[in-house]
Amino acid sequence: MNQYIGKAMPRYDAQGQVTGKVRYVDDIKVPGMKCVKVLRSPVHKGEIRGLDFSRALKVPGVVGFVTAQDIPGKNAYGRFQDMPVLAPENRVRYRGEPIAAVVAADEDTALEALSQVRLDIEEQTPVFDMFEAMQPDAPLVRHDSKSNLWVHYPPDITEVTMVKGQMDEGMNQADQVIEGRYSTGVQDHAPMETNVSVAYRDEMGRLVIHTVSQTIYAHLGMLCAILAMPMSRIRFIGGRVGGAFGGKNDIHTDHIAALAVLKFGHPVKYRLSREEDLQFTTKRGAFVLDFKTGVKNDGRLTACRIDIWHDTGAYAGMSPYGLEKCAMFAPGPYDFPHIKVTARTIFTNRPISSSMRGFSVINGQIASEIHMNRVAEALGMDPWELRFTNAWRDGDQGVTGYKVRGAGALEAMKKAAELAGIKLPDKLMSMSSRGRQAS
Amino acid sequence: MALFAEEHSIPMTHILSFQLNGAPVQALVKPSDSLLDVLREKLDVTSPKRGCDSGDCGACTVLLEGKAVRACLTCALTVENKQVVTVEGLSQDGKLQPLQEAFMAHGGSQCGYCTSGMLISATALLAKSPHPQRQDIAQEMSGNLCRCGCYEEITQAILDTARKGE
Amino acid sequence: MKKTGVGMCLVLHPTGRKGGGDPSQAIIQLKPDGSLFLKVGAVDLGQGALTMLRQVAAEAMDVDIATVYASNRSDDLAPLSAGSAASRVTLVDPHAVMEAAKDLRAKIAAFAAHRLEIDVENVELADGKAFAKDNPHHHMTFADIGMIANLGEGVILVGTGAWQPAPVQGHDPETGYLDQESVISFGCCVAEVAVDTDTGEVEVTKLVQVWEVGKAINPLMVKQQINGGLQIGMGFALRENLFPHYPDPAHGIESLADYSMPTFMDYPPELIHGIEEVPHPMGVKGAKGFSEGSATAPGPAIISAIHDAVGVWIHEVPATPEVVLRALDAKEHGGATDYWSHQDRSAWLA
Ligand code: FES
Ligand code: FES
Repeated sequence: MNQYIGKAMPRYDAQGQVTGKVRYVDDIKVPGMKCVKVLRSPVHKGEIRGLDFSRALKVPGVVGFVTAQDIPGKNAYGRFQDMPVLAPENRVRYRGEPIAAVVAADEDTALEALSQVRLDIEEQTPVFDMFEAMQPDAPLVRHDSKSNLWVHYPPDITEVTMVKGQMDEGMNQADQVIEGRYSTGVQDHAPMETNVSVAYRDEMGRLVIHTVSQTIYAHLGMLCAILAMPMSRIRFIGGRVGGAFGGKNDIHTDHIAALAVLKFGHPVKYRLSREEDLQFTTKRGAFVLDFKTGVKNDGRLTACRIDIWHDTGAYAGMSPYGLEKCAMFAPGPYDFPHIKVTARTIFTNRPISSSMRGFSVINGQIASEIHMNRVAEALGMDPWELRFTNAWRDGDQGVTGYKVRGAGALEAMKKAAELAGIKLPDKLMSMSSRGRQAS
Repeated sequence: MALFAEEHSIPMTHILSFQLNGAPVQALVKPSDSLLDVLREKLDVTSPKRGCDSGDCGACTVLLEGKAVRACLTCALTVENKQVVTVEGLSQDGKLQPLQEAFMAHGGSQCGYCTSGMLISATALLAKSPHPQRQDIAQEMSGNLCRCGCYEEITQAILDTARKGE
Repeated sequence: MKKTGVGMCLVLHPTGRKGGGDPSQAIIQLKPDGSLFLKVGAVDLGQGALTMLRQVAAEAMDVDIATVYASNRSDDLAPLSAGSAASRVTLVDPHAVMEAAKDLRAKIAAFAAHRLEIDVENVELADGKAFAKDNPHHHMTFADIGMIANLGEGVILVGTGAWQPAPVQGHDPETGYLDQESVISFGCCVAEVAVDTDTGEVEVTKLVQVWEVGKAINPLMVKQQINGGLQIGMGFALRENLFPHYPDPAHGIESLADYSMPTFMDYPPELIHGIEEVPHPMGVKGAKGFSEGSATAPGPAIISAIHDAVGVWIHEVPATPEVVLRALDAKEHGGATDYWSHQDRSAWLA
């Protein structure tokens, strides 16, 4: 019997990695390869009045420009199909939004050409605070929407609601109710490999794209729609990525590189500089979370009420999906008999929020766990005991109705205490996730 | 005036010669080229990575005359006739160095994008202080970023290599 | 002055895509020399998808892993995987590999039965061989089978497999009800910190992080994921904010030099990981994903440790030195034991 499941083994490609043999997309070179760079919005919100490439086109080595007019298919992509490839209808909604792309002999030439583009842009009033953006008279981030709130359930439900039991009743049963407001910042994935694509036509005339995508098939489908091409005409090659952390769940370079090849025929590389990658790709967006927790003096949780606001930036990215995940798991791994969570996704004029390691669950959890320790403090109870008392056992029910199977919270805690050199009382150590016997 | 502008736009080039991983190499370079540009774009040596191009990540680290330097900040012209070593030159006759073996065994790489830079910095560190303490490693390696977070595993690999080298 | 404190937390991470529609596929081919080629669609971001799936394939086919060549290069004939996201690969992709192995084993067994002239029910596959259950000496190796099938009889032996946990589902708009099981991994973290009350700097001096992962298919890579998550987790909790004056975009971070992600110096001198296994009924051998969660667990433990050290609950992350100093100041000058720097924004919600 050959057994490998459960065996600690070095990475399959470990030797390739330590000898420098592993090839990433930026290591690919194609004869005649040109460089793509993107002209980005210098303002947070605005309307483009004029875009003049004439001087830029005279820079020696410049092949040409790609604009929204060159997109054969849809100028929209993403899980919710709301992100434009290049500024649509001459509108920009965040600083750094791609407006046009230049194709040139090399990077210096491309940058020189971008500096020669005459961009006449009328700046408009942006909104940055999601709470302000929710006010009825706030400037609209998306001129064509009714408000700055994402519609989670068409035609007009902007609030995600998740309910278990009767929240009010649970609060009435509580001996104490503890409240708190928490917030989280904006984080970049910053993988060591920035977003990059190499694209060209192969000998059959097919479009070849070397990608750093995390979700190859979703992105291939989106590219087909943007390029108005069937899947069999695109060879989308990926599989090895120099770190992603959720940042490569959205297309950042493949679409523009592909458009450049379609328009001019040259092989191209489109690689984001570190500065571009840091500032203008998708981010972990900011959250504000309100918690209200009802608890008995013996430590049994009776109810929780959670309210969540999420700043998704100028486009949805994958945020609405993430927000639902946040709402679903913000109560944490605890057996609350009564739960009510409400949450909303709000547009502001900043870079797009989307997935990142721990996607939105991290935001709910950090608030929830700080809050839980404040609950323990209010009760005068050891934080370990509060958790052992309430953590999910097999068969407990989450807010969306699923039953927990294979629960392991108590087992994880016992091991952590042991490794940290913390001696837990026998009362706790004798508990198990397999059931909740009266303790 | 036109003539001047035209002359001015012709890049000055220079044939640069240096020793790369023990063998002589030559490349046609511009004064503005960094050593990283020359290695990656002209000589097809791809183990040094362009993580930032500004000296802040360490992914491009190479040995220059035995010292760890950032290839992205090193003007190519300054390596004339000097010795440059990249990860491609670490293993000799197909045999891995103990440090490379230790990286594999301890899990010192995940995505691998920082790995070349880490190996070079660690090689320079061990050459300088063959028996480093944890704190020395943290200090010496702190210019090399790993977003996958392999710091602990890399530290173990370096300590293990030092122990075995005794 | 440096003040020390300790904090703990318990977090969860759901594995697999919320709302289902989360398929993966795999292909295994028997080559003429008896070696196997495994093709999967899961992207390797550094988490080690290919390494792990190759282990699953070698065990499922019961062969020496050295004879399994594997590729995850997405190209023309590439199986699909819904992606390396949502900590889904360890939960979903091993099923596709198991299915492909089952398919190939059945084909190999049928071929061997025909060559060995025995009933297919009487064929057993083990350790790279096919043999008669009632007479183990009556056997063929995978090399024999590969050679004869591919080159002798013009047969291609390929197993394919596909699997998904659930079809696509949506929430009920009024209750949030979702007709899908959530597979949950559990993490517990204990952090010790030293808070410099003069500079506001928080040093994590020791960190223990344990994950209950169902089954660790490769414990070395699970360790890497647990220790690795601290990089983004510590950055999230203490250091990184692209808009330091959020919501004001002024002075946004523009370069890596100003984006203070953790370095070797910031990792705790004592970093301890732990793996706990409670097999999950949905996972292959109980395995489930968790790796995103290792970025989640450190934060609350660190913030709670800061409270233990200095007596203030910080209600926001990142708890940068500036935030910590302001919190200490608020405590000193008003006795506040809770601190949120965005108080003025609350007016919008009133
Ligand atoms: S590329 Fe040279 S230090 Fe980052
Ligand atoms: S292994 Fe991915 S950045 Fe270090």
